Amino acid sequence: MTLREPVITVENLTKRFGDFIATNAITFDVYKGEIFGFLGANGAGKTTAMRMLCGLSVPSSGRATVAGFDIYRQTEQIKRHIGYMSQKFSLYEDLTVAENIRFFGGIYGLSNHQLQSKSKALIERLGLQAERGKLVGELPLGWKQKLAFSVSILHEPRIVFLDEPTGGVDPVTRRQFWALIHEAAASGITVFVTTHYMDEAEYCNRVSIMVDGRINALGTPSELKQQFGEPSMDGVFYQLARGAKRGD
Amino acid sequence: MVSLKNITKTYNHGTVKAVDDVSFSVEKGELFGLIGPDGAGKSSIFRMLATLLIPDKGSATVAGHDIVNDYKLIRSKVGYMPGRFSLYPDLSIEENLDFFATVFNTTVKENYHLIEDIYVQIAPFHKRRAGRLSGGMKQKLALCCALIHKPTVLFLDEPTTGVDPVSRREFWEMLKRLRQQGITILVSTPYMDEASLCDRIALIQHGRILSIDTPQGIAAAYPNSLYAVKATDMPRLIHVLSTYYPHMHSYLFGEVIHLDARGMGGYNLPDELTQFLTAEGFADIEVKPIAPTIEDCFINMLVRHDT
Repeated sequence: MTLREPVITVENLTKRFGDFIATNAITFDVYKGEIFGFLGANGAGKTTAMRMLCGLSVPSSGRATVAGFDIYRQTEQIKRHIGYMSQKFSLYEDLTVAENIRFFGGIYGLSNHQLQSKSKALIERLGLQAERGKLVGELPLGWKQKLAFSVSILHEPRIVFLDEPTGGVDPVTRRQFWALIHEAAASGITVFVTTHYMDEAEYCNRVSIMVDGRINALGTPSELKQQFGEPSMDGVFYQLARGAKRGD
Repeated sequence: MVSLKNITKTYNHGTVKAVDDVSFSVEKGELFGLIGPDGAGKSSIFRMLATLLIPDKGSATVAGHDIVNDYKLIRSKVGYMPGRFSLYPDLSIEENLDFFATVFNTTVKENYHLIEDIYVQIAPFHKRRAGRLSGGMKQKLALCCALIHKPTVLFLDEPTTGVDPVSRREFWEMLKRLRQQGITILVSTPYMDEASLCDRIALIQHGRILSIDTPQGIAAAYPNSLYAVKATDMPRLIHVLSTYYPHMHSYLFGEVIHLDARGMGGYNLPDELTQFLTAEGFADIEVKPIAPTIEDCFINMLVRHDT
């Protein structure tokens, strides 16, 4: 990353629900090929911020662009240039592996020709040849998550948003999942990820920590540990989130 | 207090084996953890112990009663907090609690001392409907409802899943205080770091128990020496280690790489590795022997099972 090219720019982004300020004037940039960890306690305002960045919720004030598109006026373009995956929403359990790939690839606007070659390559890369005709509901959770992630970047988006992608996954699969994330980032895809596993915060290039709607810390994991005088990210998170007044 | 003998449970006419010949027991007053990922069979075990499912094979008792024949006796003695939020979303906090007390022929007042600690944290919102509470508040209310009839055994199925690290710590503090009141607690979690907070744990995967012991005992049984390795350029480091030392398992662990030194008993690994990595162009190299965590133990068991 010699040339730091921003793919997400956020300036004083705010979302109010009545008197409640869910996201309070947050400001940050995310760069091309970066793995950006978006951390915070439950209720800190992460989901609201992510929804705005994905073009699913209109901000109350502030500015932001995602992949160069304005989050007020160009939400449809944003949706076409990002990938999204979460533990809760990933694939259709009652479609097969191949059907899911075709369905989501189609939604992301891939041509039949592209779909065929990409689908084949993906199945081979994940070693799912024997499972391609199986219902996704029959796959172990770890496989499902890896497949869901691969599907979410099938259309080669500039950014992929991952909302707690590794929740409930076993520790070996969790690390395989992070290997996929690193691969995607190395290919130039920017990864915006939330997690409650603090060891995973260490795998990010930079991390932000939200408390009560604001970003109270932002930096590389080693910068943050130094700044807060903690040996681990767990300690940094605890110091910051312990002071939270709202939410849980 | 809880005892399972060769319990097996299958679904879809026997094609899916959720719980595979599981046996263990939980002593009175113990805080016992079932540690394993989603799909390991934890919830099925809870449902059988809570008398909501009947096992295909094997037997189990809870508080001395058989889970199949004496299910009614068990139900009045256990508190069960399922993994999915299962209170009435359109009743308020107060109404939910009253409802569960009434169902068990008691009153909130009678057992208030058991839940006071937890309830005061949600009491300011007592008129709010349960469906409109935040995740953490729902979790606290569910725990209160599971406790209000003064159960002798508490079953908590993944109470901290999706909960942030600070709230998770608070939740475990509550569990410790409950144990001090003599309540036996069986709790499940996918978070390996919570294992060390239990008296004893069972590591579980694919419906089978991999190991049962105290957290210290499981860590002590780790078969090899374990090292934490650190240097400049961590992505290249993990690549180099797995390429040049393929027989030793190396994996990322937060800001360091853990290296399982299987078959390297005769070597001075820190010196040898430091020399090798220096020659490979790494700087700021650190190789330190470390004590394995429960997560290391779990990883080791999964890897051994696969090979």
